[in-house]
Amino acid sequence: MKKIWKWGYLGLVLLFIYLPILVLAVYSFTDSTNIGAIRSFSLHNYVTLFTTGELRDMIVGTLLLAIGAAAAATVLGTLGAIGAFYSKEKVSRAISTMNQVPVVNADVVTGFSLCILLVVVMRISKDTFIPLVVGHITLCAPFVYLAVLPKIKQMDSSLYEAALDLGATPLKALMQVVIPQIVPGIVSGFALAVTLSLDDYFIATYTKPATFDTISTYVVNATKGSQTTIKTALWALSTVIFLVVIVVVMGMNLYQAKEAGKGTGLEKGEKK
Amino acid sequence: MHFKFTRKSLCIPYAVYLVLFVVAPLLVLIYYAFTNGSGQFTLANFTGFFTDPNALGTLFYSFAVAVVTTMVCLLLAYPIACILAFSRLKAKSAVVMLFVLPMWINFSLRITALKEILNVLEGNLAMYPFFNAVIGMTYDFLPFMILPIYTTVSRLDGALREAAMDLGANEVQTFLRVTLPLSVPGIMSGISMVFLPAMTNYVVLDMLYNSTYIMGSLIGSYFAAYNWNGGSMIALILLGIICLFTLLTDGGEEKTSRGGALL
Repeated sequence: MKKIWKWGYLGLVLLFIYLPILVLAVYSFTDSTNIGAIRSFSLHNYVTLFTTGELRDMIVGTLLLAIGAAAAATVLGTLGAIGAFYSKEKVSRAISTMNQVPVVNADVVTGFSLCILLVVVMRISKDTFIPLVVGHITLCAPFVYLAVLPKIKQMDSSLYEAALDLGATPLKALMQVVIPQIVPGIVSGFALAVTLSLDDYFIATYTKPATFDTISTYVVNATKGSQTTIKTALWALSTVIFLVVIVVVMGMNLYQAKEAGKGTGLEKGEKK
Repeated sequence: MHFKFTRKSLCIPYAVYLVLFVVAPLLVLIYYAFTNGSGQFTLANFTGFFTDPNALGTLFYSFAVAVVTTMVCLLLAYPIACILAFSRLKAKSAVVMLFVLPMWINFSLRITALKEILNVLEGNLAMYPFFNAVIGMTYDFLPFMILPIYTTVSRLDGALREAAMDLGANEVQTFLRVTLPLSVPGIMSGISMVFLPAMTNYVVLDMLYNSTYIMGSLIGSYFAAYNWNGGSMIALILLGIICLFTLLTDGGEEKTSRGGALL
């Protein structure tokens, strides 16, 4: 009897989480413009989504920004974590403290302060995309750092010294010995960076060029407008993203399960 | 100058980056918060905020939304985390995944979906602004409360609970005296992931047609008016709240926030 209550409760919360997304998914395949109205099956939302230049540019732009910023953040954060771990305690603590600032800070504050520094004080035009890219790297790199650091702690540090003793240059030892050991941390850091960038609204709002939109800024503006074709095309976008997320998350989990030998991959990487 | 490459020097680019784009913006923020439009030192932004009833009302409303959202998230998430952590279900990891999966779907699209449903249920969204703000924030942040609590509870040594039971404690006592105290770090980490975003994520309110300001919206409105000094002061006040909050919850090190889950 107790079991029914427990699973019933979980089911209810799952319903709260998924009902809106699933209802939207169903309606994305109809020609209706409002939830609740019963209309006939139609793919026109998907046609609009993939053929409207504005929507396509916005999706491609968001993806390019996410991958570019995440790649840069991964390089910076990974090198930073390796360097900080082997530095004097004072240095590594200073880096970790600075690293923690964007993590605990509200995105509104991060975005606004970067906008003031880069755009107001340094007079860099938002149209150069520099403020936007810097903003997203600042958002992502700290999380890469946090993902990589535990892997370096787990690593046997004498491996690097052994490589040096055996005649490898420091750079070679780094590339061929250290990096391969921490690949799982780098991969999850990169994946995390991509999702953070994709989900960001605030930093983009304060740093993006006026003519450029990410999915978040576009959706937020579109919901304020009254253009129904765009509104329902976004239902299709939501459905596509939902499916992509399911596939990617399953893929990541299989990858991590393989790496770990077992388990969900959820608990992995966090400090023991 | 002769430069010898060592492992340590790898942190130089990131250290420089952090100084330039994390520390410097904060210094600029402080400078702007305590100057006026022509660059002269002033406390007007500071005193202005704390003497303006509207601004204080916004601060209060932010707190109200954040406190209620955090409570709702905690009350919803704690049982979920415990049920999942204590279950011996084989497909447990898949069920856990179902609860945290929404984290990876763009929040603006999820809020859009929620809005459409609420529209049908309520008829007019503007009728229940506070309720909708809390529902929206909860919808957005619930996974971030579930995950840290689940992680903490599932790492608890099951033997402790068995020992409590063996020593004569009933289920309620075992929960109150063993499970709950030991899961406090997870609760704290969950609270810090929900509370601050709930104070600042004004887009959720905007999208659900709640026109009341929260602290984040104030920054947004100063930004729209090119009032960098006023906006900086709000940002600084928020930073102060964040610092206080971080000290109180002592999330500091352990917390990787947001997508930390993915790791």
